Amino acid sequence: MNWSLPENIATYGGKIDALFWVITIVTGIAFVLVEVGIIWFCVKYRRREGHRAYYTHGSKSLEVLWTAVPALALVALGVYSASVWAYIKGRDAAPSESLHIAVSAKQFEWNVTYAGADEVLGTSDDFSTRNQLHFPVNRPILVWLEAEDVLHSFFIPQLRVKQDAVPGMTIPVWFEATKTGDYQIGCAELCGLGHYRMRARVTIHEPAAYEAWVGEQIAARAASGEPTVVAASADLGNDVGDGTGQHAGHDHSAGGM
Amino acid sequence: MATIVAEPTGIPVVEEHHEMSFIRKYIFSSDHKVIGIQFLFLSLFFLLVGGLLAMLMRWQLAWPGRPMPFGGLFPETMAPDGIMLPEFYISLVTMHGTFMVFFAIMLLLVGVYANYLIPLQIGAPDMAFPRLNMLSFWTAVPAGLIALASFAVEGGAAGAGWTSYAPLSGMPEYSGVSMGQQMWIVSLVLLGLSSILGSTNYITTVINMRAPGMLWTRMPLTVWALFITAILGLLAMPVLSGGLIMLLFDQTIGTHFFLPETGGQPLLWQHLFWFFGHPEVYILILPAMGFVSEILSAGSRKPVFGYKAMVGAIVAIAFLGFIVWGHHMFQSGMNPVLGTSFMVSTMVIAVPSAIKTFNWMGTMWRGNLHFHTPMLFAIGFVMLFVIGGLSGIFMASAPFDIFIHDTYFIVAHIHYVLFGGALFAIFAAIYYWFPKMFGRMMNDRWGKIHFALTFIFFNLAFFPMHTQGLAGMMRRLYDTSGYTHTADLQGTHLLITISAFALFATGVIFAINFFGSMFRGEKAPPNPWNATSLEWQTPSPPKHGNWEQAPVVYHGPHEYSHPDVTDKDWLAQNERPDVVSPAGH
Ligand SMILES: [Cu+2]
Ligand SMILES: [Cu+2]
Repeated sequence: MNWSLPENIATYGGKIDALFWVITIVTGIAFVLVEVGIIWFCVKYRRREGHRAYYTHGSKSLEVLWTAVPALALVALGVYSASVWAYIKGRDAAPSESLHIAVSAKQFEWNVTYAGADEVLGTSDDFSTRNQLHFPVNRPILVWLEAEDVLHSFFIPQLRVKQDAVPGMTIPVWFEATKTGDYQIGCAELCGLGHYRMRARVTIHEPAAYEAWVGEQIAARAASGEPTVVAASADLGNDVGDGTGQHAGHDHSAGGM
Repeated sequence: MATIVAEPTGIPVVEEHHEMSFIRKYIFSSDHKVIGIQFLFLSLFFLLVGGLLAMLMRWQLAWPGRPMPFGGLFPETMAPDGIMLPEFYISLVTMHGTFMVFFAIMLLLVGVYANYLIPLQIGAPDMAFPRLNMLSFWTAVPAGLIALASFAVEGGAAGAGWTSYAPLSGMPEYSGVSMGQQMWIVSLVLLGLSSILGSTNYITTVINMRAPGMLWTRMPLTVWALFITAILGLLAMPVLSGGLIMLLFDQTIGTHFFLPETGGQPLLWQHLFWFFGHPEVYILILPAMGFVSEILSAGSRKPVFGYKAMVGAIVAIAFLGFIVWGHHMFQSGMNPVLGTSFMVSTMVIAVPSAIKTFNWMGTMWRGNLHFHTPMLFAIGFVMLFVIGGLSGIFMASAPFDIFIHDTYFIVAHIHYVLFGGALFAIFAAIYYWFPKMFGRMMNDRWGKIHFALTFIFFNLAFFPMHTQGLAGMMRRLYDTSGYTHTADLQGTHLLITISAFALFATGVIFAINFFGSMFRGEKAPPNPWNATSLEWQTPSPPKHGNWEQAPVVYHGPHEYSHPDVTDKDWLAQNERPDVVSPAGH
């Protein structure tokens, strides 16, 4: 059995994992206090003939104590969490030097559009891959997440990233890997009968290797005569779904793969 | 037969009643006790159905792709050659949640005990609107049957999860389910209607029909909990019903409330669903908390510790329960600033639950604890509810929720709250009030065996799910072996499945005890637990009209071990102060 989180390869993963340990310790103390207390009471105050329970309706000071302590602990935890939350998921949280990638989810696959050599999405050297996500290590990645049909959820456990993909919205989600290697995107939101197999391969490259891979992809598409451009609207880079509002859908479905 | 009794309230205490036909007495009855018992059979049936669906899911998770025992009984569209199809698995996930939440736990807590207990505990002869009550039951029956029948229609039962997130739930071309999803909607609209009718009735009854002397501060905590629950239901259910009808229109007449192509918003469904859904969570736990407070008090022979704080906590939970729904949507794409505010309100709502837990411990402290079966289940409730409450803090923290959202950690959490919490309290209540309902005791020895095995196998089945969630295993996967980070958790699946089968089997012990005791159990005295509230001061089972003599209330609800009462360790709420020694409350 597994008692902890999987390997962390995200720059902000440490913040999430630290939060996990803080909550584990705080709730662990409460857990032991209550469970041991109950068991102890069960033994100590078990029924004895001729014995009579102590008649009381409560205790003001005790009740104030066990209202105030949890309240303070919880509010502190909320404030602490709020700062981590803003750092990771805030609307402007993604660092400005981020590499932009567009990801579009549909039953039951992940379509990824890369900005090509110019690193601008929506230009003629964009290209797409299906069920593969490539990006360089040690550089913030900003994914513009969309869905074509139903809800899906973009989840890479080792990167501590999860974000629902919602049809009609374009949602920014960023992360930065600290390590190269092969991982997986899983779908975390029920999206139909193929939900369980909606996964993609994640390849994290050294920067130079990533450049080379991009070059290869562009060359391969040029050689095969396939269009490298997939229909992506020009405003993709500065377009932020506002969370409640509706957004004109972008269509990445015409990928050449 | 006609009995005329002094009636200080102005309410006719015992109506003139004629011998009724079997149908009027047991089928279309307007007696709150009969209706409560009807709800009991109905909801236990759906508990069984929900449990069976879970067993099928557990089989597939432990042995993916292996033919099920009796798999040949399933049609090709569900399990060709006995091997479960992914779409059938998704229907099982959906309908297990639906049956358990709406038809088992909610009906057991509210349908059964609000009906049965409210009039008895406040000293009323029946509900304010007995016929509305009957209608409420007879609306719930077709609701459940429609949900059940949806397995048989083309495309199978609903397959978008018990939360039925749009657009999957709104578009048959994506889910492959059309009729089944519509039946799911109709079923829940009917159930919502039943619940609204019931709630109206409970609220009116509590406000208007309390016996003389039954002040608000003398109401047993069960009544308080059921009263507040009814208010929650009345405010939350119509929102669900409205959302459901919009979803139905999206599917059938071409509206686009939740469908994005023409301007609809998938997130709107989530907002509507969880605006109902979070209060629903408390509908599913407040009554349980009420039963447990009362049973712990009786079992400890002590008044409830901090009665006023307990009432305050119930009210606070009900109020806060309406401003935390967004914690289900942290990763939904909702504006993250909203996420922050929902996180703070969610942290705050944990405080009343903490107060209640410590007050339960305070109730046991320096008591004289009788470990009868209801008491054991009540203690089990506290021990397990604490785990569910504390695990909730992990997901209340929005940044940590990024990792555990939609994983098995959530599955573990909800089962600690709804099974370890609500269902343990329901078992406590069934053992506790069975003698009142049926006039016979349930077997205590078998009850204890049932408790011990349930406690053990429950923890073995659900605790390991926390660890699967921490490994990142997503929910609602038909087969988890395809992911590198979950592939080696198959052994944990096996442990869970075997424990779940054993847990299901403990239900057999309960069923035999339940039905056996109904006919063969030891005859119950009016007050087998030496308890203080009014329902114990009338025969078991109470006659039509409940009271031989209309009760007048002089004391608080949980007066155990009062120092002025020396001959016994309890003081009934309706004992006259001049008969017993003067009492402080
Ligand atoms: Cu999915
Ligand atoms: Cu909630």
